Order: sequence, then structure tokens, then C-alpha cells
Amino acid sequence: MKFLHLVYANILRKKMRFFLTIGSFGVALFLFGILVAIHNGFYQGIDAVEDNRLVVRNKTSLMVFLPYSYKAKIEAMEGVEYVIPSVWFAGVYQDRKNFFSQFAIETAGWVETYPEYAIDKDQWSAFENDRQGCMVGRALAEKFGWEIGDRIPLEGTIFPGAWEFNICGIFEGNKKNVDLNQMWIRYEYLAESIPFMKGQVGWYAVKAIHTDYVNGLISRIDGEFSNSPAETKTEPEKIWMLGFVKQMGNIKLILISVGGVVIFTLLLVTGSTMAMSVRERTSEWATLKTLGYGDTLVLGLVLGESFFYAIIGGAIGLGLACLFVSKGDPTGMMGGLFTLSPDNIFAGLTLTLITGFIAGVLPAISAMKLRIVDALRRV
Amino acid sequence: MVSLNPSSADNAHISVRELHKIYKRGSESIDVLRGLNLNIQAGEFLAFMGPSGSGKTTLLNLIGGIDVPNSGTITVDGQRIDSLSSSALTRWRSRHVGFIFQMFNLIPVLNAFENVEMPLLLTRLNKAQRRKHVETALDLVGLADRMKHYPRQLSGGQEQRVAIARALVNDPSILLCDEPTGDLDRESANEIMGLIQRLSSEQNKTVLMVTHDPVAAKCADSVLHLEKGVLVEAIAQAQG
Repeated sequence: MKFLHLVYANILRKKMRFFLTIGSFGVALFLFGILVAIHNGFYQGIDAVEDNRLVVRNKTSLMVFLPYSYKAKIEAMEGVEYVIPSVWFAGVYQDRKNFFSQFAIETAGWVETYPEYAIDKDQWSAFENDRQGCMVGRALAEKFGWEIGDRIPLEGTIFPGAWEFNICGIFEGNKKNVDLNQMWIRYEYLAESIPFMKGQVGWYAVKAIHTDYVNGLISRIDGEFSNSPAETKTEPEKIWMLGFVKQMGNIKLILISVGGVVIFTLLLVTGSTMAMSVRERTSEWATLKTLGYGDTLVLGLVLGESFFYAIIGGAIGLGLACLFVSKGDPTGMMGGLFTLSPDNIFAGLTLTLITGFIAGVLPAISAMKLRIVDALRRV
Repeated sequence: MVSLNPSSADNAHISVRELHKIYKRGSESIDVLRGLNLNIQAGEFLAFMGPSGSGKTTLLNLIGGIDVPNSGTITVDGQRIDSLSSSALTRWRSRHVGFIFQMFNLIPVLNAFENVEMPLLLTRLNKAQRRKHVETALDLVGLADRMKHYPRQLSGGQEQRVAIARALVNDPSILLCDEPTGDLDRESANEIMGLIQRLSSEQNKTVLMVTHDPVAAKCADSVLHLEKGVLVEAIAQAQG
């Protein structure tokens, strides 16, 4: 600790260099934070999905409905516990930029099929008893300041018209990464209100008794409806959700590539700064060694400077990223999962320390290996 | 009294025997010191003079433990320092030797107090004890009122006095001065030499000084001349 002042004084000796280096770390870690939040937005909801759930949709396209009559046939199959008809509603709340997911669902078996949601029993009963009722996630309710009993107007897009729903309950997550930025409405209400929806569903969510049944069910369900007017495509819910992400491109590869380039550039910038800084002070390192500062201590002092840049810049960058992310997803595409968890922040700080170490280690070794007489002769 | 006779080494503070130092520059070998012998008593003030490349600074570096000889021995208070490991030599240096350089070599981002405190950071002294030692050292060189000044705010003579305080703060027995007045005007040089003389006589420090300045050399008890890596003459000078 008594050498901290020396480290601090040295990194501040050239203010412009200090601010530029800190800025490099700050920008890089800010970008890291945003990239991680985007990654979370696309993938975290998928991680939370149970492995024993399947989605059955029309083989032609998700936009083509399936007959409601399939429900009973699927329910009758061995290994099936629940079958939930669902429809993508796609209403607009006040403005298109206020995007959030809305699903019309059948309530029977929903709570058992989706245990990742924490749902109050009384609120759920109210939802089951109100055909115009809806359930909203905690994040969504907080975002718009909604409370139970509020009446929410939505402008239909796929199902045109002005719709209104009563908030019967607000659900939470039973585990982290659960998307709480969505709204559930009653399938029955939609089917009754829109004549062409009668006897049609968007897709079926199927809960298998056990994951062991999953592969068998996929082939049995698709086999059952093959050569019918509405052939099905059945897949695990995780794969189904990944398909949506993949429609936008290989998001993971893009994020890793951008992040990698940024960190590599940061390494070059900081490494060059540290090398310059050490070389400029050759006579000072020689003086310290003459005074009795050992090789290890000199190594530690240079690494300390590198870590100082990393910690200050990284903390500023991650802090700004947290602030930015706390304002919500600016694109409206990722919903409530555009977040940074404490684990992500810890990973960011670890990354910044590793970068600081790599950037500082070669200049530190060169300072450590400096021969006093050679260095003093160079002055 | 300094002696060039190897047989009088028994009670010498510093004893140098058959010291050889060879530098290699590419394929060329340069014999900088060639079998040098020297005994120095505690509290002596020696000046080394000679042309550039005669081995004065190399001798100082070897005695100060910042370089190692190719052969020969250096004994300080009975301890062979030429055979110490690098880390042991570093520790020995921090306890026994104070260095004063021509260019002062102060850390520009630290003030006078912090510069003088640098060697003490390696000790087990607490903050209050370090403060006391630093204040004493700065008081000794007459800079107690300049503690918060940075090197850029001091004159050359004052900077060198801070460097002397830094060399003294650990209370070493040996002071090694490499052209301590080389970068100073005459008036400042005289002040610095007066101070070094006082340290030798009043605090019994063994002072070894390399200089090209005959006026500075006159302050020493003895002046030794080196040429091509050997001592050619020892002139004992009467004090005062």
C-alpha cells in the first residue's frame, strides 16, 4: 500500500496520456457492457426455457395457423402432460416503439407448463375468470407504471381493431433470466372476437412428462400430421427460440468479433502506452534499483500502473454501460432481458484486469531486467 | 589512511583485491579495471580522478554493488559483496550504501519529502518513523523548509541536496558520489562539497567520489588517479 502513491503519481505525470488511456479502457468496457446486454437480450430468455417443452407449429410457416383439433390428438400421445394453444397477438400500446411480446394463451395447464414464472394464485384465478383479462410481467408493469385493475388499450395489427384488456395480475420470475417484459391475454377472447381465428391456433406449447420423451414426441407429432392439409414442425422450445435469433444473423459471432477487435485494439493501445511510459523513465527505474528496489518490486510497480489504468477506465466504462442499460433497450427488440447482471459486471472487471496485466507485463519485465549500469549510462 | 598495499587489508572498511572488470562490445573486449587493489578506512573521503574511460565510475559501481566484477574480491566490513546473489546485493545496497549522482536522479513527480522517503519505503518503519527520518535528513542538508517542493521548483544545488538527503536517510556507512558537482555552478558546487565534507568528518561516512573537478577533489582526504584501469598515484592530502 505504501507504494500506491508512487504508482498514482506516475500515471498522472502525463495528464493527456492518462485521460486517453483511461478513455480507451472506458470506451472498450462500455462497449463490452452493451454487447453483453445485447447478448443477454437475445439469449438469456432461451437459457431459462425448460428442456421438456416442445413447440408445434405449421410446417409451412409460423404465419400459417394450425387446427385447434390437433390439441386433443397431441394430448392423447404417450408422454404428453399439457398442450397449450397459443397465438402471437402483436398489438401496439400507444406507440410502435413501445414494443413488447403479447401472447394469447389457454390458461389450462399454463402454470404447470411454465414453472419459471411466479404467479399469484388469486391473480391467476381472476385472469381465468375474466375473458378480457391479462397478466403482465413485473418489468413491463414497472416500465409503463401499470397496476392491477388498470385497463390497457392495444391497437391490433394482425388482428385489427381497438382492444382493451384488464390487468388481473403481475407475474415475476422463479429464476433469473426470465423475460418479465411480456403480456398474456386469453385465447378464448381472441377466438371469439376474430371469426377467422375460430378453431385455429398459432402454435402449441407441449410439455412432456420427462425430457426422455422429447425426441420420441417430435417424430410422433410430426408423423401424426404428415400428409395432412396442415403438416406440423415440432422442435424443442429452445431451438424454436434460437431460430428467431438466427433470423437476424449469427448474433453471437458478431458480438464476439466486435468485442474481440475492441479488446485487441485496447491491448495494443495500452501496451504501447505502458512501453512508452517505462522507456521514458529508464533512469528512474535504474535509480530505484540503485536505492534497493528489487526486481520483483519494480515488476509490481509497472504492473500496478497498468492495473490502475485498467481499474479506473474499466470501472468508468462498466458504470456508464450499467447506466445506459438501466434506461432500457433502445431498439425495443430485446425487451426486459437487455440487462447486465452482477456476474456480467464481475466478468467485465476480470476482463479489464486481464487486459491490464497483458498490456503491462512485457514493459514490466523489461523494467525488471534493466541493468542499472546500462540504464544510468543511457541518461 | 587509504592504502594500495594488499597486506594492510585486515582492518580496512572496504577492501578491493585484484579487481578485474571487462566489458564486451560485440566481439571486442574492453579491460576497464585491471587487477586493482585498494584498502579504505572507515570515515575516509577519497576522490578518484582520471581521464574518461579510466574506470573511475566502474570502480564506484562495483564497490556500490550495482555491477559485478569478472574477477577479484570486494569486501566491506568483512563481508564479500562480489559473491552475493542479485537480490542479496540489492538488500545490502539499500542498507549500506547511499548514492549521489551527477544528474541528481530525483523522481520528478514526487516532492522533496517523498523523494527522500523512497529508500525508507523498503524498511519496516511506520509512517511516523519515516517522517521523522526524512525531516532529520532534510534538516541536515538545510532544506527543511522545502519539503513540499517538487524538483522542478528547486535550483540545481537544492536538487543535489535533496539527493544527498535521500542518500543519507537510511544512515548508510558508505556514500558514493559520481561527479556530484558536474551539473552545478561553482557556488552551488562549493556548497555541496562543503556538505559532503561535513558528512565525512562529522558523521564518519566513508565517501568515495568520482570527479573531473580539481577544486572538488581538493575537498577529499586523498585523491587517487586512475588510468587505463589501474591506480597510478595516491596523493594524500593534509586536512584543512
